[in-house]
Amino acid sequence: MEQFEVRPLLPLHIGGLDLSFTNASLWMCIVTAVCAIFLTMAASPRKLVPTRMQSITELSYMFVSDMIRSAAGTEGLKFFPFVFTLFMFVLFSNVIGLFPLIHPFTVTSHIIVTFALAFFVFLMVIVVGLARHGLHFFSLFAPKVPAVMLLVLVPIEVVSFLSRPISLAVRLFANMLAGHTMLYVFGTFVIGLATAGGALSVISIMPFLAIVAVVALEFLIAFLQAYVFAILTCIYLNDALNLHGHH
Amino acid sequence: MDLASAKMIGAGLASIALIGAGVGIGIIFGNYLAGALRNPGAAAGQFTNLLVGFALCEFTGLLGVVMAFIILFT
Repeated sequence: MEQFEVRPLLPLHIGGLDLSFTNASLWMCIVTAVCAIFLTMAASPRKLVPTRMQSITELSYMFVSDMIRSAAGTEGLKFFPFVFTLFMFVLFSNVIGLFPLIHPFTVTSHIIVTFALAFFVFLMVIVVGLARHGLHFFSLFAPKVPAVMLLVLVPIEVVSFLSRPISLAVRLFANMLAGHTMLYVFGTFVIGLATAGGALSVISIMPFLAIVAVVALEFLIAFLQAYVFAILTCIYLNDALNLHGHH
Repeated sequence: MDLASAKMIGAGLASIALIGAGVGIGIIFGNYLAGALRNPGAAAGQFTNLLVGFALCEFTGLLGVVMAFIILFT
């Protein structure tokens, strides 16, 4: 589909690598810029009684910090900048991708983008865990159970640990891709029925109303997926910080 | 049967995975509501667990969708 095509804007080939500046890169820059400008502008009044825009920023700050505190404990707050950046980037790219008039490119509907984010989270959990607990970190794979059970549980734990980046990446990517495909399919219904003429043109209002409902659902999903991405990051960080214990 | 139609049928079959995801998400939210109505005080504390369960459950269905996409577009 046209909306998912990656087109090079500034071709750039170095060695055998294709490092072109594509529309995906452009939209990632736009998302980052919109996010940074919005948060800076909204937080700049610094009033004791916040304006509406300021309270949006303060609410999102409190939201993320509460999320980290409940999932990873007070120690997890060291990673607040990381989790907040991740949450805001995913949220803004999901939401900006839903505005129809500006022909946006949803960067999170590409698995390479979400996989890069997820793999970074995965590597960070390993690095934080090893730095904090040394080789004791690997006791994460051995729950406190009778020794016989370990034969079964250790492989399961290892596989579930290794599948974390894949599940994080695929969840976000598949949700975004499926949502936009669904809007596209309902859109072709409207065009097809409206151009068919007669009574069929009249009932083309029905898929149109369905699109309105689906767009509302998509806004919910855009927020929910950003939240799920951030909360799972916090839970994985909790594993690295506290091993088995829940702060 | 030619390859193109077999691909279409295969993609449709792969989408069956979503039945399980739908049932699972229904069970998770239904049980959360049932528990929350019995003990509203404890409900807010379990909201994170609810969303994690939802996310893990949804993933299994989405694997089927991704499989369908791979079959259709390769």
